[in-house]
Amino acid sequence: MAAIELRGLTKVYPGGVKALDALDLAIPDGEFFALLGPSGCGKTTLLRTIAGLETASGGSVVIGERDVTALQPGARDVAMVFQDYALFPHMDVTDNIAYPLRIKKVAKAARHEKAAEVGARLGLDHLMDRRPGQLSGGQQQRVALARVMATQAQAYLFDEPLSNLDARLRLEARTFLKKLQRELGVTTVFVTHDQAEALAMADRMAVMESGHIRQIGTPAEVFQRPANTFVASFIGSTPMNLLDGVARGDTLEVAGCKVAVPVSAEGRVPDGTAIVYGVRPEYMTYSAEPADGAFGGKVAIVENLGASHLVTLDVGDVIVQAVVPEGSEPLVGDDGYALPRRDRALVYRDGELV
Amino acid sequence: MTRFVLGRIGFYTLVAVLLAFFSIPLLWLVTAPFTSDPTYEVKVPDFTLDNFRAVLEHPYALPSLWNSVVLSVGSAVLVVVMAALAAYALSRVRLPGRDALLYALLLLSSIITGTAAMVPLFQLAVELNLIDSQLGLILILTGGLLPAAIFMLKDFMDSTPKSYEESARVFGASPLQIVRHVVVPLVRPGLATIAVWAVANVWGNFLMPYLLLSDVEKQPAAVITYTLYTEGGQANLSMLSTFGLLYSIPVVLMYLFVSKKYGFRFHGGIKR
Ligand SMILES: Nc1ncnc2c1ncn2[C@@H]1O[C@H](COP(=O)(O)OP(=O)(O)OP(=O)(O)O)[C@@H](O)[C@H]1O
Ligand SMILES: [Mg+2]
Repeated sequence: MAAIELRGLTKVYPGGVKALDALDLAIPDGEFFALLGPSGCGKTTLLRTIAGLETASGGSVVIGERDVTALQPGARDVAMVFQDYALFPHMDVTDNIAYPLRIKKVAKAARHEKAAEVGARLGLDHLMDRRPGQLSGGQQQRVALARVMATQAQAYLFDEPLSNLDARLRLEARTFLKKLQRELGVTTVFVTHDQAEALAMADRMAVMESGHIRQIGTPAEVFQRPANTFVASFIGSTPMNLLDGVARGDTLEVAGCKVAVPVSAEGRVPDGTAIVYGVRPEYMTYSAEPADGAFGGKVAIVENLGASHLVTLDVGDVIVQAVVPEGSEPLVGDDGYALPRRDRALVYRDGELV
Repeated sequence: MTRFVLGRIGFYTLVAVLLAFFSIPLLWLVTAPFTSDPTYEVKVPDFTLDNFRAVLEHPYALPSLWNSVVLSVGSAVLVVVMAALAAYALSRVRLPGRDALLYALLLLSSIITGTAAMVPLFQLAVELNLIDSQLGLILILTGGLLPAAIFMLKDFMDSTPKSYEESARVFGASPLQIVRHVVVPLVRPGLATIAVWAVANVWGNFLMPYLLLSDVEKQPAAVITYTLYTEGGQANLSMLSTFGLLYSIPVVLMYLFVSKKYGFRFHGGIKR
């Protein structure tokens, strides 16, 4: 088990696409680290560069104490689960799981024993003689995990391992994977474009955008205090309200309403600066009565989220969204007021958190 | 309507004629060996085995079939091994001018075993002391078959996903291990196709062994067939038909065996 450190890692593909741009990242030993970002931001590239399947154009990769930048994938002592699992179709589950040991020249009996042990741990005991083609998606995923576990590598790299599962199985697999990683304690880098997955599973996470890391932190930090408007708009199951405004003395003028300066930005926005005011719909208190410092407008849409409702207000020519608990949802066309929580609202200047 | 019916009748008549045209020689091939004193007609055989006895007694007939086996299996093994390695490399490594190289090879290959190169090939074989040697013949035949084999196999390799190999690479497999453990099993149907194709090609090749092997004990069946005359200088139909039947059976058996064994492909393991 080992820490992973990337220093100024750059990857330029032939043809000039800069998929990674001087990336710095340190993942301590044993951490479950999620890489999150929109499609094409370079997540897979980053993972493949750590694994050695892509050669870095610049910078270095350090695993444990070793600089592995110039090493072949097989010499880096990492194990990877591919997005498509890449189980060998001509081998049964036992041989698939035992394959890494076969490469290490472990005797047949010993490696089959190890495969049986790991397989049993992942609930694959009754499937050991099947070929991958005879397994369901969830079972294939577990075989891929078992194969990685059999390697006893220093670090695990997972490329969207849950993206092929249906919604239900995904939730189960999420819990399962997190528990497994806890037990094994192996440093794990986990790529996903599903933010709920990252928030739910990771010890820490990085949000990427076009080859750059835009924020690193625990899921709570990233969710509550997005470092910039990109992360703010990317994270959260309902998108954050991001409204243009101007500082006016000790209040902010946002969307034609006067709102209080959030706690986090108190005394840090000089009069007259242009800002972006950010607050999550979950951190709004909705009421039908006017309130000081609230956004007032007409209810345009009410969406059912299950246990709550997402209410969209037309405030002047912008929209403001608020989450309203079950039972108190307004009707479309009503007048409504959404009061942001001062301790949760955020102020961005030039795209960065104040 | 009538035009349609007439058209159909015409079409089926044509098909029937074509079918007869192609099936009569085949019928002749299975009946003539069992007929005493066969002619060019297809007759109901009298089920004699004398013709087979005559072939068995012929000093070169059976050994020539063995020679055919040696030549075709030898060439097929060489072609499959070399084409697999070359096709894998060409499929996975980006080389400038790779496709041009492949097409050039393909073009040249039709020359190598074609009549145009006969004289230089003959001289080359003489210089290398490979004249009248089965090994020399195998090498030349292999050379002629390789480009097309590489071309076909590269197509197979191109269509197998890379992540199988990458996965093996991350586990530390060497390139040769990857080929043995992953690539070869995945393209096995392709390899079987190439092997059958190579065997059939060499089995039926007359010109090259005729030119390069003068020792009758080394000659394959295709060449020996050419020597089956009666004392009067007439084609010996009873020998020819019997030997022809024996000559074609192994190839048919091979097709059946291979299509039964490899006529399937592996699926799964890659989630699409
Ligand atoms: N082999 C390649 N050659 C050239 N450009 C590439 C190659 N692979 C990826 N890219 C480019 O690099 C960028 C990052 O790609 P990457 O696959 O890392 O994205 P990703 O974050 O994994 O996206 P997704 O969520 O869709 O999987 C993209 O702009 C992509 O077009
Ligand atoms: Mg990807």
